[in-house]
Amino acid sequence: MEKFTISVNGKKQEVTADPDMPLLWVLRDLLSMKGTKFGCGQALCGACTVHLDDEAIRSCSTPISTVGSRKVTTIEGLDKEGQHPLQDAWVEHVVPQCGYCQTGQIMSAAALLKKSPNPSDAEIEESMAGNLCRCGTYNRIKEAILTASKAL
Amino acid sequence: MMPNFPFLKNKKAEDKSEVFVPSRRDFLKLSSLATGGFLLGVNFQCAGPKGETITFAPNVFVSITSDNEVTIVAHRSEMGTGIRTSLPQIVADELGADWSKVKIVQAEGDEEKYGNQNTDGSFSVRMFYEPMRKTGATARHMLIAAAAKKWEVSPEECHTENSRVIHSSGKKIDFGDLVAEVKDMPLPDPASITLKEFSSYKLIGKDVTIYDARDITTGKAVFGADVDLPGMQVAVVRRSPVIGAKVISFNDAKALAVPGVNRVVKIEGAGIPPGLDKALEGVAVIADNTWAAMKGREALEIEWDLGPNQTYNSAKQLEEMLQSTAKDGKVRRERGNFSTAQRTAEKVLERTYLAPFYAHATIEPPAAIAHYQGDGICEIWAPTQHPQWARQAVATALELDLDKVKMNVTLLGGGFGRKSKPDFVVEAAILSKAAKSPVRVQWTREDDLHFDFFHSHSAQRIKATIDKDGKFTGWNHHTVFPAIGATGSTTELHPSDGELGLGCTDFPYDVPNIKIETHESTAHTRIGWLRSVSNIHHAFAIGCMMDEIAEARGIDPVKHALQMLGEDRNIEFKPETDGKYENYGEPIETFPWNTGRMKKVIERVAKEANWDQKLAEGKAVGFAAHKSFLTYVACIVVVEKDSSGKISIPEVFYAVDCGIGVNTDRIRSQFEGGAQFATSLATTSAITFENGIPQQKNFDGYQIIRMPQSPKKIHVHIIESMEKPTGVGEPPVPPYIPALCNAMYKLTGERIYQLPFKA
Repeated sequence: MEKFTISVNGKKQEVTADPDMPLLWVLRDLLSMKGTKFGCGQALCGACTVHLDDEAIRSCSTPISTVGSRKVTTIEGLDKEGQHPLQDAWVEHVVPQCGYCQTGQIMSAAALLKKSPNPSDAEIEESMAGNLCRCGTYNRIKEAILTASKAL
Repeated sequence: MMPNFPFLKNKKAEDKSEVFVPSRRDFLKLSSLATGGFLLGVNFQCAGPKGETITFAPNVFVSITSDNEVTIVAHRSEMGTGIRTSLPQIVADELGADWSKVKIVQAEGDEEKYGNQNTDGSFSVRMFYEPMRKTGATARHMLIAAAAKKWEVSPEECHTENSRVIHSSGKKIDFGDLVAEVKDMPLPDPASITLKEFSSYKLIGKDVTIYDARDITTGKAVFGADVDLPGMQVAVVRRSPVIGAKVISFNDAKALAVPGVNRVVKIEGAGIPPGLDKALEGVAVIADNTWAAMKGREALEIEWDLGPNQTYNSAKQLEEMLQSTAKDGKVRRERGNFSTAQRTAEKVLERTYLAPFYAHATIEPPAAIAHYQGDGICEIWAPTQHPQWARQAVATALELDLDKVKMNVTLLGGGFGRKSKPDFVVEAAILSKAAKSPVRVQWTREDDLHFDFFHSHSAQRIKATIDKDGKFTGWNHHTVFPAIGATGSTTELHPSDGELGLGCTDFPYDVPNIKIETHESTAHTRIGWLRSVSNIHHAFAIGCMMDEIAEARGIDPVKHALQMLGEDRNIEFKPETDGKYENYGEPIETFPWNTGRMKKVIERVAKEANWDQKLAEGKAVGFAAHKSFLTYVACIVVVEKDSSGKISIPEVFYAVDCGIGVNTDRIRSQFEGGAQFATSLATTSAITFENGIPQQKNFDGYQIIRMPQSPKKIHVHIIESMEKPTGVGEPPVPPYIPALCNAMYKLTGERIYQLPFKA
């Protein structure tokens, strides 16, 4: 067990953990931040997507020891009021069905829009291919990203 | 026996909408009158001292406070269909509540209080549309009566809107300001309650945003694993690798040496048959956190007696099942004489269809939290589709009285039938008792795919006869698949009448000679129900075969389906199935099979898709229609091959008749998602077994479609109807698969006889 200090949503957090413990479980179990979801543990479904600096990463496959000084942003910190243009667009298009994968979807979409504020269809498909949705909300996810990109 | 097969549990339709009006103080007594139906009971709270908030609760579903806060209880589980919004939406509309301010709270699992809570079989709206209207209307009548008395006017001159009673003169009063008056008012005679005219509804029949949309998108929504309790530990379980395996011995020394691991507990499993509601044999590692528990599990050393299923190979069984369909089977439906039709036929088409095991693969793997409190009380938080079954299963496993188990229901991160089964909830309860602390049992994706209640693999053979005049004269359908009932009983060797009524014995086409037969097979894993159940493989086979028959007769498949449905009429299956057709648990008189309604959805989808148009080079369309869960659906899928040979699905057209549509946005979303779900079943997903073990471990092996593979545009056309509402959770799936296969045939020239096919 080791001590780590990480920055989560702009706040310094000190945790004692096995260096191999994935960031996902640090967030969920040690910091009790439940917005980031567990889906596969192998970086195959994207439910656990968070940002390290500006990059979307799979927190289930990112050991705490590799986070270092990079800033972690989770769904809870995407927007203080919970009204990031993507979050608003998600509600406008009523994207969620069960909702479980949606925080990961939004974090992937947010990283995409940071890099490419007006993404093409093909760019959206490529960037979102790592996020599975079993309910099948892909069409509305795409529409919501396009709506948000116009609002940005 | 078919334990807890969802739609067989329904009582008579008339029971469902019965409103019991107890005298108000009798509620607690009355609530012991358990029924699968609906209780309109009274749950008054005593008035507090002046100034304190008091509550008017005319029944268990609605309460109104003196602060004008309207709370509606959602008693069905939310797994993505929108039911947690749709049923309260009905109550609010009848009540005249201000929807923007309505609070929705989730009911705990309690059959005595809430009636049936088994969220399955696409029947929530079907079963509760009328009772929810009556619930809202009763409260409205009482509020209006109180206001009318206060104003000394006639109740007929008043109506409700935005949580106020309004008099024709323009006088208004908040519901909250009437609470003191109504809370002492006797409940009205149910016969005196009038429901609103459909045309006056402001929520029913409209697009209504789901209640949880904002919480979901901000990460605040609470799913199964999100419940945190003080002192909670986390368990992961190493379960029997092969169904029926038993632990001979285990060594937990290395597991206990992992930092954070506190305890190792053996779970006694059910063996063979494994049952639908029991824990599997296993060894649980209980730790401070999920990661430590996972590491501890890796370090466990277990010696297993693998038992008879260790030699099971699913490909071999499927081949044997296919061979069996060439023989005479057990006849399950008969009309005319198929042998004669075959003897005198000009042409006999004979085709076989194979479909694999499918896993539910909800993105939220099973997880449940239990707190066994030492005094014989066990409180649970779980993402369960069937809170009452889960409650009963926990009570049985811990030998507790039912009232000692409190079942809280969280949001479900997908269900599709998986989370009807309470095995994972039972595990949490057993482990909390052993650990003497709250415990979350957490399944990994590997656990989920290994220990699912799988959709059964299946083999089918269909023979169709065409006579010298080109008439379609005979239909002989053989179907074989390990039955759901086999999970609970080793003597269940044939598909049940319930499973056959899902798209097989309810073959609706007007063919003079029909013979439907089943064959024996055994289950070597846990079989369950997956979104639309055996409709999946039956619709695949029938929809593809109908396309071939149309082609053989030289008739356009849409015109062929319309022709073969015949005149507009209600059709019966009971006389030809020895009375065993179940009609999804509903009387056929109340929910008939009407060919006219089916023809209407077919005509509509053909019109919307512009079916007769000439398509561009590289594009093709396919069609299929299938009624399931009492909802009529027709589907047209467009496929396209680009210059590089890559195949995509640019458009999908659906027409649906589900009677009255409650939340039209959620109807469309179920169809959009259903098309995506069915694309996975058709093109990417399969579970295969070797040595009794599923070979697909995670989403790299068991693939579901991703955004680039998804159908691009999905058009959903809802038939305007005043027929009784029926569900939409499952019906989008069955017709999509044959429509896609038939489109692929047009595009490639090759028929599809086995799922999944590679697009």
